[in-house]
Amino acid sequence: MTNTIIWTVVILTVLGLVLSLVLFWVARKFRVEEDPRIDDIEKTLPGANCGGCGFAGCRAFADAAVKAGNLDSNYCPVGGAEVMKKVAAILGCEVAESAPMVAVVRCAGSCQARPKINEYQGERSCKVKAGLYGGDTGCLFGCLGCGDCVAACAFGALSMNGETGLPEVDESKCTACGKCTAACPKHIIELRNKGPRGIREFVSCVNKDKGPAVRKACSAACIGCGLCAKTCTHDAITLADNVAYIDFAKCKLCRECEAVCPTGAIHGVGFPKPLDKEAVKQRIAERKAKAAEAAKLETAVKKEDNNG
Amino acid sequence: MAKLTFSIGGIHPADSKRARDCKIETLPLPPKVYVSMFQHLGAMAKPVVAVGDHVKAGQMIAEPGGFISAYIHSPVSGTVTAIGPRKDLAGFNQMHVEIQVEGDEWAEGIDLGPELVTAIPEDRDFILDRIKMNGVVGLGGATFPTHVKLNPPPGKKADCLIINGAECEPFLTSDFRILLERTDEIVVGAAIMQKVLGGCPCVIGIEENKPEALAAVRASLQRLGYPGIRVETLKKRYPQGGEKQLIDAVMHRQVRSGGLPIDVGAVVQNVATSLAVYEAVQKNKPLVTNVLTVTGDVIDPARQHNYLFRIGMPLSFIAEYAGGVPEGTKKIVSGGPMMGKAIANMDAATVKGSSSILYLGAATQRHAATPCISCGRCADACPMGLEPFLLKKLYAASDVEGLEKNAAQDCIECGCCQYSCPAYVPLLDNIRMAKAQVMAVIRARNAKK
Repeated sequence: MTNTIIWTVVILTVLGLVLSLVLFWVARKFRVEEDPRIDDIEKTLPGANCGGCGFAGCRAFADAAVKAGNLDSNYCPVGGAEVMKKVAAILGCEVAESAPMVAVVRCAGSCQARPKINEYQGERSCKVKAGLYGGDTGCLFGCLGCGDCVAACAFGALSMNGETGLPEVDESKCTACGKCTAACPKHIIELRNKGPRGIREFVSCVNKDKGPAVRKACSAACIGCGLCAKTCTHDAITLADNVAYIDFAKCKLCRECEAVCPTGAIHGVGFPKPLDKEAVKQRIAERKAKAAEAAKLETAVKKEDNNG
Repeated sequence: MAKLTFSIGGIHPADSKRARDCKIETLPLPPKVYVSMFQHLGAMAKPVVAVGDHVKAGQMIAEPGGFISAYIHSPVSGTVTAIGPRKDLAGFNQMHVEIQVEGDEWAEGIDLGPELVTAIPEDRDFILDRIKMNGVVGLGGATFPTHVKLNPPPGKKADCLIINGAECEPFLTSDFRILLERTDEIVVGAAIMQKVLGGCPCVIGIEENKPEALAAVRASLQRLGYPGIRVETLKKRYPQGGEKQLIDAVMHRQVRSGGLPIDVGAVVQNVATSLAVYEAVQKNKPLVTNVLTVTGDVIDPARQHNYLFRIGMPLSFIAEYAGGVPEGTKKIVSGGPMMGKAIANMDAATVKGSSSILYLGAATQRHAATPCISCGRCADACPMGLEPFLLKKLYAASDVEGLEKNAAQDCIECGCCQYSCPAYVPLLDNIRMAKAQVMAVIRARNAKK
């Protein structure tokens, strides 16, 4: 009995020693040199593995960053500027300042604004619904309301508003990873500049149909009249396919477009005061009058020049 | 004689052919028609008329946009008032030609007389050309251009032409009515197609629930005496009228995955197509009319109809003429209740393949879906031997490779899986999308080659 125990202990000890030597030798012989910075960067990153940066996960991001030696093609939207600064410090390189972004739902077709013309009974999935038919309202482009974006969000930043039937973004939770923009079959959600102190301006519609058809389908839609583009003094608004688009890099947040929009399709977010439409309209009128006077003067001067 | 049927899957829904005794009536002309440029399988047709042009009924207004495409003709005489996007019955924008109806003048060279022309032209190319130029497409549901199907690629030979008179979809009676009222024309049409395919045997398959049609075709065959055409009685079983199921039932041959019927020597054409072929070849009449059933489970039996309609008529016009939407209607479907599509837009226009306006009530509403209980009934019901529950899971996981391996592309969208599911899982919705995804991948791969 004692013998058996002794022999067991001896054999296992010897085995253990021999195998540990083998393992030691193998570890030495086949060691892979890995940059310790990869581990450091991975620890610095948020670790959500969301794929918002375009890489398969945080580790892949770190690997690519270290291999490249710079951060030109790497940006973690979840961590934002703060994390990127830390990563840059590890790598010893500069990071381009990038403004924080947020997901924006560009559809205001609530149940009131966009009456339902039929009832959908199929699979509760926007992807399936978009493929099967034009949707349960007269609008072919708007939100389908089955919540594919909500399901795609890994941060719980999206939720469906039961009253409007539209998704809502919780800005404090949104990391601008872009998962929802990819999940939406109608491409309604866009990543836009968060704006100074969260103030921003956007066109909440993507309907490309012509004005009358759009108006019939939805009262909150952009009808492509172009008033906003004509009013904008910063060249920030373009009109394509019967729908306006505000370039957030050029927008100066003057709210003039919002004041002139006949359907209220342009939304201002985060402004401290509600929009005084009449005051802004008056300002535009005054400016236009001044410009007209100046033009008159100029032509008069030109005439005099020609005469003289 | 033994009744023929296919070997696997299938279901037995109540046939509900409530409009079977309604004779075919001709609809009056609406003030305007909207002719879709996309009423066949394949490439969209290109309009060859301009706004302001005067057209006659039967005049060609659009030419094929590719090899698999079809000519489209004006169903009425009048003036073209607009060419542009308009919503189809699913609510998607499609190119339409809008024609203001003025009188009813037909283009020259079209024989509108009722007399039967039994002498079949000798020249095969002449027949094929007539079928092509008159825009004939398959009217069994898929609207595949008929001249392409009747012209097998070199090296492949048809052993049998099957004329599909199964009409296995519940409620629909348009095929049954033309089998009764246009029997001789259908038989001549079959003989024409038989000739084009090199004189192979021809089988007209009709389900057992239509004994009058079986008797009428038998009598007509005896009267006209074309050789090599026979009638077979099919068991009443859904989807008996599926192309591959019918080949299995009649010829006992199975089309392999990804294959075409012609690979096993079969060509299948619907009875309505046979009638269209007759009119195109013998009368030089383009495909601008078809028969449609107005029926349902909530409609007053006296208000059911089988109508001869012109393509491009708005569905709302037909519905109004038939007495409006009946009370208790929850859903309006175009096509049969199994494979048809719910109509999202009643202003949509009829197309070559329109076969019904179905008013369905609360009894046929979909139930709320509950989780799959893994009973396997969908797999038992699938006539293509697929595993619908698995395909749904693979689609949810976006596993396109897995979908292809499990033959999602072979789905015929018959709806047996969804019909048989005790948990009311919307299987077909998902598989339809999965099929489209796999087909796109396969097409892209073939294009690369």
